[in-house]
Amino acid sequence: MPLNLDTYLGVSAQALKVQSQRTEVLADNLANVDTPNYKARDIDFKAALAQAGSADAPLSLTTTTPGQIGGASASGGPDISGALKYRVPLAPSLDGNTVDAQMEQAAFADNTVRYQATLTFLSSRLKNLLTAITGQ
Amino acid sequence: MSSFKIFDIAGAGLSAQSVRLNTVASNLANADSVSGDPNTVYKARHPVFEAVKNAVAAQTLGANPGMRAADTAVRVRGIVESTAAPSERYEPGNPLANADGNVYSPNVNVIEEMTDMISASRAYQNNVEVMNTSKDLLLATLKLGS
Repeated sequence: MPLNLDTYLGVSAQALKVQSQRTEVLADNLANVDTPNYKARDIDFKAALAQAGSADAPLSLTTTTPGQIGGASASGGPDISGALKYRVPLAPSLDGNTVDAQMEQAAFADNTVRYQATLTFLSSRLKNLLTAITGQ
Repeated sequence: MSSFKIFDIAGAGLSAQSVRLNTVASNLANADSVSGDPNTVYKARHPVFEAVKNAVAAQTLGANPGMRAADTAVRVRGIVESTAAPSERYEPGNPLANADGNVYSPNVNVIEEMTDMISASRAYQNNVEVMNTSKDLLLATLKLGS
């Protein structure tokens, strides 16, 4: 029976991509902590994972004219634009900035731990596979 | 690999915050640079930050580039000079004093500058932490399966 590596790795591979994009979004918020009128954003993880995991979303490039570059390929990851939401500010500042550095730091730490957990899952699955291959 | 963009974003944050620290240093260093003319006296400078869209992403994504993951970073839009009036004081012994014996000191608010410095320093540290954490995660990803 041939082994489909994508199926074997399960949802973890998709989750890793979404978590890596969430790291970018949170890094963005932290970089713009003092930018006037910048609105903090975050990824709705459940929606993003559903979108990334759907059959055609991650790799299909809808191009209308020849030579056009598809959206999903631009960042190399799955297109999760629908799951990207503006954060509801708890205490917006007068300059229109809605970044709360403490909340973003907490979210970043949370995302880091989740990323590491996903890596551990992936790693153990690959180790299982290696054990099966080497038979030791 | 898309994760490397974090280094660009955090790097842009570091650069912007270091410009802010530089202006604070400049303002504090010139807090007592008096002048005989209120128009030429040193004015407090402050950077204005701006979120920038990644040019490539904005071009290829068209419709709604603002809501794309990680297509922004930060940059310094410009440096504005404070328009607050410089304070005037009577000091006829000062060689820089004007005909009336007055000198003008810069409109630098030292307390404001110090708090600005703390804020910039914290934001800088945040960006460094983001970079360090991302680096650790990327290294862990490289070692996946071993």
